[in-house]
Amino acid sequence: MTEDDLRQLIGRVKRGSLSRRGFIRRMAAVGLTAPMATQILAVAGAAPAMAQSVPAYRPTRAGGGGALKILYWQASTLLNPHFAVGTTNQDSSRVFYEPLAGWAADGTLHPILAAEIPSVDNGGLSADGRSVTWKLKRGVKWHDGQDFSADDVIFNYEYARNPAVASTSSGSYRDVNVTKVDDHTVKVEFAQPNPFWADAFVASVGMLIPKHLFKDFAGSNARDAPTNLRPVGTGPYKFTSFAPGDLLRGERNENYHLPNRPFFDTMEIKGGGDAVSAARAVLQTADYDYAWNLQVEDEILKRLEAAGRGKVNVIEGGAIEFIQLNATDPTREVDGERAHISTEHPAFRDPAVRRAIALLLDRKSIEEFIYGRGGPATGNFLNNPPRFRSPNMPMEFNVDRANQVLDQAGWVRGRDGVRAKDGVRLRFVYQTSVNAPRQRTQQILQQAARRAGIELELKSVTASVFFSSDVANPDTFGKFFADMQMYTTTMPQADPQRFMNQYVSWEVSQKANSWQGRNIVRWRSADYDAAFRAAEGELDVVKRAALFIRMNDLIVGSNHVIPVVMRPTVSGSLNTLRPAISGWDLTMWLLSDWYREG
Amino acid sequence: MTQYLIRRLLIAIPSLLGISVILFTVLALAPGDPFEELATNPAIPPEVRMQLRASLGLDDPIHMRYFAWLTSMLRGEWGFSFVSRIDVDQLIMQRLPTTLLVIGTSQIVALAVALPVGVLAGTRPYSTFDKVANTLAFVGFSLPTFFTGLLFILFFSVYLGWLPFVYRTNIAGSGLPWVWEHIKQMIMPVMVLGLFQGAALVRFVRSAVLDVIRLDYVTTARSKGLAERRVVMKHVVRNALIPVVTLIALQMPIVFGGAIVTEQIFRVPGIGSLLISAILSNDTPVIMAVTFVFSCLVIFFNLMADVLYGWLDPRISYR
Repeated sequence: MTEDDLRQLIGRVKRGSLSRRGFIRRMAAVGLTAPMATQILAVAGAAPAMAQSVPAYRPTRAGGGGALKILYWQASTLLNPHFAVGTTNQDSSRVFYEPLAGWAADGTLHPILAAEIPSVDNGGLSADGRSVTWKLKRGVKWHDGQDFSADDVIFNYEYARNPAVASTSSGSYRDVNVTKVDDHTVKVEFAQPNPFWADAFVASVGMLIPKHLFKDFAGSNARDAPTNLRPVGTGPYKFTSFAPGDLLRGERNENYHLPNRPFFDTMEIKGGGDAVSAARAVLQTADYDYAWNLQVEDEILKRLEAAGRGKVNVIEGGAIEFIQLNATDPTREVDGERAHISTEHPAFRDPAVRRAIALLLDRKSIEEFIYGRGGPATGNFLNNPPRFRSPNMPMEFNVDRANQVLDQAGWVRGRDGVRAKDGVRLRFVYQTSVNAPRQRTQQILQQAARRAGIELELKSVTASVFFSSDVANPDTFGKFFADMQMYTTTMPQADPQRFMNQYVSWEVSQKANSWQGRNIVRWRSADYDAAFRAAEGELDVVKRAALFIRMNDLIVGSNHVIPVVMRPTVSGSLNTLRPAISGWDLTMWLLSDWYREG
Repeated sequence: MTQYLIRRLLIAIPSLLGISVILFTVLALAPGDPFEELATNPAIPPEVRMQLRASLGLDDPIHMRYFAWLTSMLRGEWGFSFVSRIDVDQLIMQRLPTTLLVIGTSQIVALAVALPVGVLAGTRPYSTFDKVANTLAFVGFSLPTFFTGLLFILFFSVYLGWLPFVYRTNIAGSGLPWVWEHIKQMIMPVMVLGLFQGAALVRFVRSAVLDVIRLDYVTTARSKGLAERRVVMKHVVRNALIPVVTLIALQMPIVFGGAIVTEQIFRVPGIGSLLISAILSNDTPVIMAVTFVFSCLVIFFNLMADVLYGWLDPRISYR
């Protein structure tokens, strides 16, 4: 099926001469899954009413739901979304503050403080891709009774991009220009045509704080704003009390801008402790309604679930655990810099070695014995939303084939069983952070590699060191002074542009950028760069998806990056609770729609 | 005496300075920064992280950072947490009441168990009671608190369902039910800590009593025909407790410092859990403040112990 055929079919669905079901069936006939077909329809503008992307909300009146008790094993420490360094703080802020739109579980946008999602059809998106016009919902009030208006949106733009404020959200606001059209309309302009327009004012970076309470603290005194700890937002719950690192409480907002919401009278988020006991408090003793991010062995979760009180929610997103094979030589110094970009890795420059290591990774066993539901094996780097998933990257675990590949390439086993060629031995340092599942994955690969004459030296670094941006430390993942390393990278938006810039040549992590570049594996490809540049300006959604699939195939096909397992978010909730969760946005992204049944 | 106090206080200044230099250098040399989670998030450009580091002064040389910290500390400004951007003294004050309540109660429990058991065991050495008490004490201080804590949770919370294992600071209501809820959630953490410390204290009290009870003046008191009860309470215990009091005084800083492991298991929002989360997120100002306050308390209570010792034991004099 060619692109033209696809377009004709989509056109027929839009005109109504082909049913959506008929379309999906035809797609299935050519090997596209139903979710992918729905996605294609959705992005091509033939989507059904937006309501499908979020779960149905049943309560017929607001309030009366009692208390909602949520458990986070990491405690939130502040309530200003522009200062949040991690998801815990963003989640806590999200209870009170709302963005214009959020990402639903299927990777589509869902309006929150926007009246509608901008599109070319409703005039929100300009045809040249240079601007997006957001219409704000009318009649929304801050918790203190003031009106929410375009001035607040503009204020957030100025606040976040001000270097004196030192906000963590500044990256989304630096390169855009936001202007007020009228009291309920704002226009975001881009320097270049931008297919990825849903960043500023959307989801975790888009939470809006009130101008009237922050305007005197929009500079280097931002830290002194009393509202930092006593949020006044537009969200479904109003602030009651907050003890940093311990407990956050809220009560129902009677003037919430959606009918019949929220359901609960009060809500609390208790922080601290560990993931296992959090799972226990929900699944086994039912003391709490919901437990966030249960990074616990699946075996334990299953045993706790057997109590029959709660269930585990597995929500797919884009996060992926993967292995990198260094493209540069970490042992040689050029101009005082290890792994200099001008060097080549002595062994990994041979595609046969990279292919052999990919063949030696037993992803099925890693899924089955280590991660369970929390880590489905995958052969792709870019897995979600489904419209971007490549069908071309098979996973194979085959030790014999790996041996064969290495034999053919002339790597001969030495007396100690380790292969070598031209004085280069297949002996690699394989590093990751200290984390039980990662150490077990390392061992699985080490054992398989030994059978193919490759010796892996395992190294594990404390997480706070491994993931730090400390320029003085040689063990950070950004420096990657090892042959191989493994970690999880997250994908906070349903659009892959930010995610796939990890392999463009201008992002190479090196001394010149204090090892802050995003291309940590230091792999470079002109084809990849070209595809990425094309995707950056490609406004046609179908062509753009094809470009990202090509990028995935290029990097995964090179075997410099070996995907291991996807990391969906795993949480626990009582059987009676109906949480609305999305893998593309914060846990609290639709707290207004949580309710209890039965 | 006054002279002695002044001298001791003056000696304390250089030692506190030394402690702060060592703490600060170790923390500055330790790798990592508070922005770990930003590093793997592709939506946040690295420049943002670099700018954050610079705005918090993390890129300045160590000695400049130390003097900046010291001068503001001398002015009474404790700095603010990198992670929550709240003043450190506020954070500590929020945690202090819970810490004092839970850890203080556990110290009282430890004393209430250790004193009678230790004295009884010491006055009847090698009796059955002594043997049982000794065995239990050994078991008690051999089992780490994280183990007994989990054991308690499994038995009392999961199996019996009697006690909650998540410590809550927002218990609603008033009057007796409110007090009872508080007591209920405190039982497990207090018992875990109290029994652990009590077990060690039992051994100490017993040996102190044993040391004293063999002395000649006790034999004299007995031969005068004094009642055994009077001999033990007035002549033995009073003297045996002098070293015990010192030990307790030296343990007092712990009451303020919290108990890292136990607080983590039961989610008690005390100083210990503040310290551990600050360490895990490389939140230097908080770590510095908590450890520095802790070292001040250690020095202060050391002095207290010395003064108390002289007051209890008139043979000691200060010059």
